[in-house]
This record gives sequence, C-alpha cells and structure tokens, in this order.
Amino acid sequence: MFVHKMWNDHELSKMVDGGVPFAMLSDAGGRVGKVYGVYDEDAGVEARGRFLIDPDGIIQGYEVLTPPVGRNVNETLRQVQAFQLVRESKGTEATPSGWKQGKMTLKPGPELVGNVWKEWKTEMASD
Amino acid sequence: MAEELNVGCARPTGGPVGETVPEKTPESDNEKKEVMSMIQVGKKAPDFTAPGYQNGKFINVKLSEHLGKWLLLCFYPGDFTFV
Repeated sequence: MFVHKMWNDHELSKMVDGGVPFAMLSDAGGRVGKVYGVYDEDAGVEARGRFLIDPDGIIQGYEVLTPPVGRNVNETLRQVQAFQLVRESKGTEATPSGWKQGKMTLKPGPELVGNVWKEWKTEMASD
Repeated sequence: MAEELNVGCARPTGGPVGETVPEKTPESDNEKKEVMSMIQVGKKAPDFTAPGYQNGKFINVKLSEHLGKWLLLCFYPGDFTFV
C-alpha cells in the first residue's frame, strides 16, 4: 500500500481533484482475491473484478475482466441504482433489460405472465 | 471511517460477512482447499481484513465493518496498470 500512496499522489490526484476518496487496499499474495475467484495464480496478479455488495452483505452482482480491458463506471452505477430500486420496492418491481434511472419498471405477477410484450419493447433494451 | 493502525497483511476471515467464523478443524481445512471461491450472487460476501491507504493515512479495513451501506469492491492487477 506504499505504492498506492505513490500512485495516488503522483498520478491519480492529477486526474481527480484531491486524489482518490475511497480506500485503496492491498492484497499481497492474493489471499483475498483467491476467495473471490479473481486471483491468477500463474501471473501472480488479480483480474479486474467488481463486486456489488448490498447493505446486508449479500453479493448482488459481479463482473471480472482480464487486465487489458477497463471497466464501465456508468454501467456499475446503473446496476447500483437498479438494485437500490428493487430493494426499495421490497422486490415488487423489477428492472427490464436496458433499464436506467427514470425508465419504466415491471411489476412481476400473474397478470404480467405472457404480457411483457405489451409493456416492454425491444428498442428499450438499447436506447 | 476505519481507524489508523499499524498495517499487516490482507487475509480472509474464513467466513461470510456478519457471521461468526466456525472453529477450525482438520476437516474444514481440507474442505477449504477444495472449494477455493465462495462467491455466488444472492449469497453473503466473504469477509476479510486488508491494509490500505485513504486520504493520506495507512489504515486497516474490515469488510463487515461497513455493513449497512452499498459497497463496491474492485480488484485490479496492480497500481499503475494503465486502464
């Protein structure tokens, strides 16, 4: 984590005013990464893993990429917002494919079975 | 906010967040070697402690001390790895 300080102070703080606000952790030897399934034993490094954990400690989603491809922050935030909405609704609402904040949700139940086509159109997956 | 401490090594606590870790037995040690990853959506995250750096301080962080909030846990190959 001494290198975290170097990276934050000498590079990241030039991208983000004041540097990175969240904790940068160290996992020498990949002991935590192994438990999370992201540690590459041969390369001795961890993949780009991203785990979304709810207030009860439940893993709601994760994504793991090999090192050369970066993550998409907007997609991560979209997922956090979707899971928060579902939690807020106590599971009565679900977010269809392509959902983002402000778009319609679905209310799963007997009346919706076979009727999603009336409410949700394929264009909504990508607009 | 985690308190500032002398830093150690990162280690999984051996259990999920918010639950007590069962006593170690030789059998449970063998089991752990076979099932390395405990990750499944809809199930509790494995708890761990790890040393870190935040706002000019070296700290120790325990995942379960942050229960009650939405958490984003990101792994990456190393500092200065470009993307």
